[in-house]
Amino acid sequence: MSWFSKFLGSSIGRKLLMSLTGLFLISFLPVHLAGNLQLLAGDGGEAFNTYAEFMTTNPLIKFISYGLYFFILLHTFLGVRIWLRNRSAKGSKYAVSSTGTSSFSSRNMAWLGIIIFAFLVLHLYQFWLKMKMGVLEKVNVAGLDEPVNNLYAPVEAAFTDPIYVIIYVIAMIVIGFHLWHGFQSSFQTLGLNHKKYTPVIKGLGAIYSIVVPLGFIVIPIVFYLRHAM
Amino acid sequence: MKLTLKVWRQNGPNDKGNLETHQVEASEHMSFLEMMDVLNENLISEKKTPVAFEHDCREGICGTCNMVINGRPHGPQKGTTVCQLHMRAFKDGDTIVVEPWRASAFPVIKDLVVDRSPFDRIIQAGGYISVNTGQAQDANAIPIEKDLASQAFDAATCIGCGACVAACPNGSAMLFTSAKVAHLNMLPQGEVESSKRVLNMVNQMDEEGFGMCSNVGACEAECPKEISITNIALMNREYLTASLASNTTT
Ligand code: HEM
Ligand code: SF4
Ligand code: FES
Repeated sequence: MSWFSKFLGSSIGRKLLMSLTGLFLISFLPVHLAGNLQLLAGDGGEAFNTYAEFMTTNPLIKFISYGLYFFILLHTFLGVRIWLRNRSAKGSKYAVSSTGTSSFSSRNMAWLGIIIFAFLVLHLYQFWLKMKMGVLEKVNVAGLDEPVNNLYAPVEAAFTDPIYVIIYVIAMIVIGFHLWHGFQSSFQTLGLNHKKYTPVIKGLGAIYSIVVPLGFIVIPIVFYLRHAM
Repeated sequence: MKLTLKVWRQNGPNDKGNLETHQVEASEHMSFLEMMDVLNENLISEKKTPVAFEHDCREGICGTCNMVINGRPHGPQKGTTVCQLHMRAFKDGDTIVVEPWRASAFPVIKDLVVDRSPFDRIIQAGGYISVNTGQAQDANAIPIEKDLASQAFDAATCIGCGACVAACPNGSAMLFTSAKVAHLNMLPQGEVESSKRVLNMVNQMDEEGFGMCSNVGACEAECPKEISITNIALMNREYLTASLASNTTT
């Protein structure tokens, strides 16, 4: 076995991949959120559709998005494998178990991740696939000659459906819990534990895991309330 | 004080095992092990098999007195081994559940005794210094910064008990292995072989079938010597640099 595959197959090597893919996803979420916030512009979707057009046609963004699909799959695949191996390494359970010495999130990363993955499948099916298949109606937006996909329409339809809004809100809370532990954990995995910086990383992680999911949650809630009123 | 004990009984690695209930009269001045001795004397006088458990120093340094008490490795008191835990930590009438360490790499030999030889093999893989150190050195012959010496000393206080593995939901041995790596790699005598050491010890740890670290932190909370998980970060760092940047391939 070459030193490199041995390294990546080791417990620390696998965790390194988990951490790097997780950090990549962490850096992606605020970008996604910034785009989504344009849904609230109140312009019938013009800003959002222009942005969606840019995101699906710009070659650099396209390249990064293939990386994103790959990293989501890698993170999920590795996460499930690590989880299964850890379960068999633990073997039997205690008759009395204590949970006071660790956080809920840290003990349930895999379950939280599996819920996130299930949501991602639904999410991609609902919006991304429609965009890719070209089944969306075309609309004209200011500044572009060709009409663009009206992604705003299915988003509006979804966000005014109470069932989907509830699913969406729950999924964002689950992401929040995943990152409550995951954010700081990924730095520890990389060996970055430092007297001066670790408290800062932990603080940032706590803020991130509340603010970012909350940002996503606000959008469907606003849509739903606007629609209901 | 009157106590109800629910103790894990298991005849061997392949036996299923179960919790057995006993009543014990103990004094609050007894250590937990002395209370277990009382239980065993009762069992012997009833012509029953005493509960097998390990113990040696009874002063918190050998790391053999391993029991999970009410779900907590080494019991409820922070930074304390079972032999140093006193019955005053419990109340009259309490029910106490006593179980062995649970991890696939630590199979039960009998009752509360588990096989911790994987730790010995991790040490054999690199937990030593192979240069001839000759006579004991003069105290200040090798200058070492005080902070560094203290950090290395803190890591060196690990007694190899395995409570970290017992506490970890993943059955990971990262806290133990990292304490040994940190202790040796931080000091000049150990630094010489640091790359080879971390590669070999992590490799052996993986081969023994321990789980991977999810940075849960239960190990650090239950460790009787309060070894910090900053040692795990240090080991990750050493492992990453040894793998990617050093000439050592093992
Ligand atoms: C929004 C998407 C996601 C983000 C931002 C994310 C982020 C992270 C981060 C930063 C970590 C910490 C890595 C470390 O401790 O070194 C992590 C761990 C983990 N993730 Fe995710 N994740 C996401 C989705 C998923 C999905 C879909 C799964 C599917 C099962 C998953 C499963 C796991 C597991 C099992 C761990 C724990 C690994 C361990 O520490 O042993 N995650 N994630
Ligand atoms: S790190 Fe702590 S819990 Fe683990 S073996 Fe050493 S002393 Fe025991
Ligand atoms: S008997 Fe030695 S540490 Fe408890």
